[in-house]
Amino acid sequence: MLILQILLNAIVLGSLYACIAAGFSLVWGVLNVINLMHGSFIVLGSYLAWGAYNALGIAPWTSLLIAAPVFFCLGYAIQRGILNRVIAAPVLVTLTLTFGLDLMLNNAMLVAFKADYRQLVLDPSLGALSMGSLVVPIDRIVATIFSLLLTLALFLVLRRSRVGRAIVAVRMDRDASRLMGVDVPSIYATAFGLGAAMAGCAGVLLAMIFPISPIASGSYLGKAFVVCVLGGLGSVPGAVVGGLFLGIVESFGSLALGPEHAVTLSFALLIVFLIVRPQGLLGKQGFE
Amino acid sequence: MKQRIYYGAVVLLVVFGCLPLFGSSYALRIGTFACMYAIMSVSWTVIGGFTGYPSFATAAFFGFGAYCGGVLITKGWPWFAAAGAAGAAAFASALVLGIVLLRLRGHYFAIASLAVAEVLRELTNSATELTGGGMGLNIPVSVAGSSSIMGEASFFFWAMWALLLSTFIAVRVIQESKLGFGLACIKQNESAADMIGVNATVYKSLAFAFSGVFVAMAGTLYAAWVHYIEPPDVFDILFAVKPIVMALLGGLGSPAGAVLGAFVFLGIEEMVWRNYLQIHSGVLGLMVVVLLLFLPDGMMSISKRLGLIGERRG
Repeated sequence: MLILQILLNAIVLGSLYACIAAGFSLVWGVLNVINLMHGSFIVLGSYLAWGAYNALGIAPWTSLLIAAPVFFCLGYAIQRGILNRVIAAPVLVTLTLTFGLDLMLNNAMLVAFKADYRQLVLDPSLGALSMGSLVVPIDRIVATIFSLLLTLALFLVLRRSRVGRAIVAVRMDRDASRLMGVDVPSIYATAFGLGAAMAGCAGVLLAMIFPISPIASGSYLGKAFVVCVLGGLGSVPGAVVGGLFLGIVESFGSLALGPEHAVTLSFALLIVFLIVRPQGLLGKQGFE
Repeated sequence: MKQRIYYGAVVLLVVFGCLPLFGSSYALRIGTFACMYAIMSVSWTVIGGFTGYPSFATAAFFGFGAYCGGVLITKGWPWFAAAGAAGAAAFASALVLGIVLLRLRGHYFAIASLAVAEVLRELTNSATELTGGGMGLNIPVSVAGSSSIMGEASFFFWAMWALLLSTFIAVRVIQESKLGFGLACIKQNESAADMIGVNATVYKSLAFAFSGVFVAMAGTLYAAWVHYIEPPDVFDILFAVKPIVMALLGGLGSPAGAVLGAFVFLGIEEMVWRNYLQIHSGVLGLMVVVLLLFLPDGMMSISKRLGLIGERRG
């Protein structure tokens, strides 16, 4: 029974990881930029949910409707105004640039919200669902379902919509798509905006479960890295597979080795995967 | 012209070495930090500048050296033996790790090298018997041989300064040697370099190891200097990023530029720390962004740009 309970927790954790990583993977795959601001976007999303609930009484799942456009615009503006200038520069430059931007964003959050941990407490609480000896709090189920829905939405946008196909086209061949009339800088900005929106929404969902603090941004970013590498870079299914895989590894790993080794385990796994199977579990080239 | 810059750099370094003769203990502290940063950025130049691999492993080397040397000093080793052992251990493990990690390129290498620091930090955190774990490691032994504040400050300043001088000379020797030439070939086109007989795996691993050895020794000195280290302090991700910013500030691929960049960076950082404590990391971030957008080739390019303008006028 313990195994089933852990498996259930692993799935909850895994779907949230998938949601965290999907946007990160999109930006990495399409723009070839590692967005080190991703973790801070997530935390900012959590603060948005926290503020909306405590000040205006808006439930977190409704906050998603605010977070998505707000973060899309933020991401679009950052890409258009700053990152597009150096998009063709070597890895080192874009990586360091997003690091600099992350320092600014994170510092701004520290000044605005302090480093205290805050908690979004739903009142009345949603309670917990119990089946036999299995117990799951309902807020976790809600967060799981919404994160899977969001990931599915991103998948459909990329698959079905015109702008999604343009993003995939730019990823496959930038020059050819420019010749076909795609406005490449605008597509870059859109992709980055979508990545930021996913991060913000993931933050809103995480606010229901985890305490909120600017300090947490680094660990979210680390999860996004690991999931992308495990699942395979630049595909939504890859992010889902990687997220669930990491959720399972962490849950069972902390059972077997103790919770303090969960992070070590995931980073050790990251290095092993980078060396043995850098294309990830699903192993595709390009963004699909 | 190029030679003049290096003679100039060495002269400046030597003059800088006279700081304890008339500096206050505050100036000595800043000077020691300046040397430490310069060691990091000059070392990083070997892997990042010469070879073109975006390494974020500096924090790993620094923390490794700090803990290795710190533990040895508490076990009663003399400081220079501890620093030497830490450097040798870092060199050996970087060589082995490099063979594996340097098969990766671009973002993948960057992340893997970053993850090394994370793994080491967590390992240090959990190996409580040896390292004190999350409680940190106390190094109560005074290695300076002098108990006065100025005496100890001068001792560590000179130790760090001497290490910087040896780092700088070693890196210059590497740059001019066959190894340096091979690394430049690898930077330009690795497959082509492999084709014409440069053993890319060995060369890259050597570059990685040389980028670690002096940083690890600086880590030991740092541990002995501050008497107390803890994992989040010495495995700080900022120690991985700052050397890159400093090298970029000075001009990528130039050891003299890296020293210059480190000194200027520390100056700005100290000013920001003193005046804007609350927002110092934000200002640091702003500096990084502005630097990358408006001065991507670093300060060493300013003279070149000015020269260009002069030529046009003439």
